[in-house]
Amino acid sequence: MENVIFAVTQIFDPMNLILLVLGGVAGIIVGCLPGLTATMALALLVPFTFTMPAASGLIMLGGLYVGAMFGDAIPAILINTPGTPSAIATTFDGYPLAKKGMAQQALIANAFSSLVGGIIGTITLLSLSPPLAELGLKFGPPEYFWMAIFGLTIIGTIASDSILKGLTAGALGLLLSTVGISPIGGDVRFTMGLVPLQAGINLMAALIGFFCIPQVLEMIETGAKEYQVIQYVSQKGLLRKTIRELIRKPILLLRSSLIGVIVGIIPGAGGNIASLISYNEAVRWSKNQDEFGKGTLDGIAATETANCSVVQGSLIPMLTLGIPGSPAAAVILGALLLHGMQPGRQLYTTFGGITYTFILSFFLAVVVMFFFVALGSRFFARMISIPYQYLVPGIVFLSVIGSYALRNNLLDVVMMLIFGYAAYILRKFGFNSGALVLGLIMGPFAEQGLVQSLLMGRAAGSIPKVLFGRPISLVLIGLSLLSIAWPIFSAWRERQQHRKITMKEGEIIDG
Amino acid sequence: MCFRRIGLLLMAVVLILTLLCPVLAAEKYPHKPITYLITFDPGGQSDLEARRQQPLLEKYLGVPIIITYKSGGGGSVGWSELANSPADGYTIAGNNIPHIILQPIERTNAGYQTEDLEPIAMFQSTPIGLAVLKSSPITSLDEFVAYAKRNPGAITIAGSGTYSGHHLAYLQFEKLSGAKYTYIPFTGAAPQVTAFLGGHTMAILANSNDLVQHQDRIRILAFGGVERFGALPEVPTFRELGYEMTATIDRGVCAPKGTNPERIKVLEEAFLSIANNLSIRQQMLDQGFVPVAMGAQEFKKYIAEKTVEYTELLHNLTAGN
Repeated sequence: MENVIFAVTQIFDPMNLILLVLGGVAGIIVGCLPGLTATMALALLVPFTFTMPAASGLIMLGGLYVGAMFGDAIPAILINTPGTPSAIATTFDGYPLAKKGMAQQALIANAFSSLVGGIIGTITLLSLSPPLAELGLKFGPPEYFWMAIFGLTIIGTIASDSILKGLTAGALGLLLSTVGISPIGGDVRFTMGLVPLQAGINLMAALIGFFCIPQVLEMIETGAKEYQVIQYVSQKGLLRKTIRELIRKPILLLRSSLIGVIVGIIPGAGGNIASLISYNEAVRWSKNQDEFGKGTLDGIAATETANCSVVQGSLIPMLTLGIPGSPAAAVILGALLLHGMQPGRQLYTTFGGITYTFILSFFLAVVVMFFFVALGSRFFARMISIPYQYLVPGIVFLSVIGSYALRNNLLDVVMMLIFGYAAYILRKFGFNSGALVLGLIMGPFAEQGLVQSLLMGRAAGSIPKVLFGRPISLVLIGLSLLSIAWPIFSAWRERQQHRKITMKEGEIIDG
Repeated sequence: MCFRRIGLLLMAVVLILTLLCPVLAAEKYPHKPITYLITFDPGGQSDLEARRQQPLLEKYLGVPIIITYKSGGGGSVGWSELANSPADGYTIAGNNIPHIILQPIERTNAGYQTEDLEPIAMFQSTPIGLAVLKSSPITSLDEFVAYAKRNPGAITIAGSGTYSGHHLAYLQFEKLSGAKYTYIPFTGAAPQVTAFLGGHTMAILANSNDLVQHQDRIRILAFGGVERFGALPEVPTFRELGYEMTATIDRGVCAPKGTNPERIKVLEEAFLSIANNLSIRQQMLDQGFVPVAMGAQEFKKYIAEKTVEYTELLHNLTAGN
C-alpha cells in the first residue's frame, strides 16, 4: 500500500508529468512515421534515462511505448499505411472510413479503443501478473506452431473475395519469410550471393512497400478527380457520438483487450499478431460481417484495443520472470538492469515503489494520449485534404527514409520499392497484400515451431504426442478448424436462408 | 608604411597557420567523430555495452562516438560492412567471439573473413552454463551424463542458434562426454529461456547473465570459462569436472584490417581504461558477466587459438558423418 502511495506522488511530480508527456508525444510521432519503430525509439531513449532517477526514466519509456501504439493508426487510417506492424489490420477499415469522409471518427475510435485497451491491460498487469506469466511459460514450440497455423486461417477473413488468391498470396508471404539465414540449421537461403540479404526480408520494409507504394501509384493514377472526392469536413459533436457508439459494444472491447494481453504475454508474438487475431474474431462474432473491410468503426476498435493492451501484456513476463514479451519490452528490461533492478520478486518488494510507479503511470499515459489524439484528430484528419501532388512526393520521401532508417541497409530500400511495384500489380489482379504480409509474419513462427517440435518429438520417442497431445495445442487446433469451417458454415447458412426466401417467393408465385 | 608591412606579415602568418592546420590536425588522432558499429539490434547486450562505454570513450578520446546499427545474419551483415569500411580508425565495430570465427568457416560467403577484422580490445566474457530445472532429479553433471548414456538422445537441450557459441559448446560437450543428446536451437535468449523454464526442454545451455537472473528456479550443473564464475563460485567449471572445454561468449571491439597500428593503440588504451574502471567492472559483475581487460595483441592470439579449436571441432564433425 505504501508503495502505491509513493507511486502516486511520483507520477504527479511535475517533472515526471513533463517526461511522461514528452515520451508520449515522441511516441505518437515515431508511431506515425513508418520505419521508425517503438523499439528503436526506446533504445535511443535508454541512455538518456541513465542520468534520471529510475522511476522518471521508466515513466518516460512507458509513455513512449504507449504513445507509439496510439500514433501508428494515424497513417493507417489516413494514407492506408501502417505506422508500425501493429497497425496492419487497422488499415482494413481505417482507410475505407477515411475514403467515406469519416477520418475523424476513425481517429477518435482509435484513441478511445486504445484508451480502453490500455486501461484493461494495466489493470491486468497490476493484478494478475504472476499467474499469467506462468501461463505464458506453457507456450512451447508446438504451441507456437499451432498459433501460426491459427494465424494463417485469418486469410479466410481478409481475402474474402477469392480464397484461392488469398491462399496464393499467403503462400508467397511464407516463402518470402524464408529468405536469409535459416533460424534452425543456420543455412544461407535465397540470398543470391548478396551479403546484405543474409539479414532476411525486413517486415517493416516489406510493409512500407506493400502498403505505401501501391497507394501512391493509385493516387497518381486516379489523379485529381478521385482525390477531390475525399474531402475532410469538420463536424461538431463527433467525439461524443463516436465514443457512445463504441461504448455500446463492451464485449468487442473486452474481447479485443484480452486477446491483446494474452498475445502480449507470449514472447515473440506482438501487436501485429494480436491485432490481426482480434480483427478476425471481431468479424467472426459480428452480426454485420459484410461491413468489415468497407469501413466500420468496429474494425478499428478491435485492432487498436488489442494492440494497446499488448504493451502491458508484454510487460507481464518481463517484470515477473525477466522474459521480455516483445522486442520493445526487451529494451525496457535492459533499462531496468542498467538501473540495477533484477526482474522477479525483488521488483515488487525492494523496488516496489519504482515498479508500481511504472505500472500506474500507464493509466495516466493512456489518458493523456487519448486527449492528444482525440482532440488532435481534427488536425490530423486535415492531412487527407492535402492536394495529392504534395502528398505523393511526401509519402514517397518518408517511405524511402523510413525503410533505410530501419537497419541502415540500402537493400531494404530497394526491396521496399520492388515489393511496392509487385504489390501494385498483384492488387490489380485481385491479390491481397494483407494475406501476403500475414504469411511473412507467421512464416518464422510456423517454421521454428514445427522443426523444434519434431526435434522434441524425436527425443521423446513420439512426434504425434508432442504435436497433437498438449492441451493448449489442442485448443489452438480446435480454433484453427473452427476458423476454417466458419466461412463454409456461414456460406451454407446464407444459402439456406436464401433458399427459404426463394421458396417463399415461389409459393407466392404458385399461389 | 610600417603598418602595411606588419599587416602583410600578420596575413602571411595567418595564411601559413591555416595551411598548416589540416596537417597538424591530421597528426592528431582522433580529431573527428568515430562511428561505433553494432552488428545486432538496438537494445541487445552488445548495444547496452556500447552505450555504457560511450560517455567514457568520448571523455577519453575527446571526440563524439556515434553508435549505429547494422543487424542481420547473426551479425554478418554488420561485420561485412566493417570489413569494407575505410581503415582510418574512424569506424570500429563490436567484436563477438565465437561469431566472427564461426560464420566465415561455416558459410561459403559470410561477407568477411575473420582476419578482415583487426582486434582492438576485449572487455567482457560470458561463460556458458549448463542447467536443469530445480524440479529435475538430476543434481550433478555426472548424473546428467549417466542419464544420457542410459537414454541416448532423450535429453533435450535448448540453445540459441545453430553453429553459434551455444551449439559449439553442445557439440564439444557431446564429444567429450561420449553420450547423445538432442540440441534444440532457438532464435535468441528470450525464447530459449522461456522454453526451458516452461519445461519444454530438459536442459539449457545459456549465457551466465541469463542463468543468474533465473537462479532461484534452476540448478546450474557447470559453467564454461577457465576459472569459476565470480557471481556463483559454488558452481564448478567443465574443466574441473574433467571436460576440457572453456565455452564462453566474448565481447570486444575491432577495426577494419590495415588500420594504422598507432591508431589501434590509441583505441586500445581508451577501451582498456574503461575495462579497468572499477565501477564499470562492478556493474558487469552484478549483471552476471565477467569483466575482462585484454589488449590487442593478446586478443589476436586468443582469436587464433579459438579458430584452431573450432576448425578442428567442425572438421571432425563433418568427417564423422
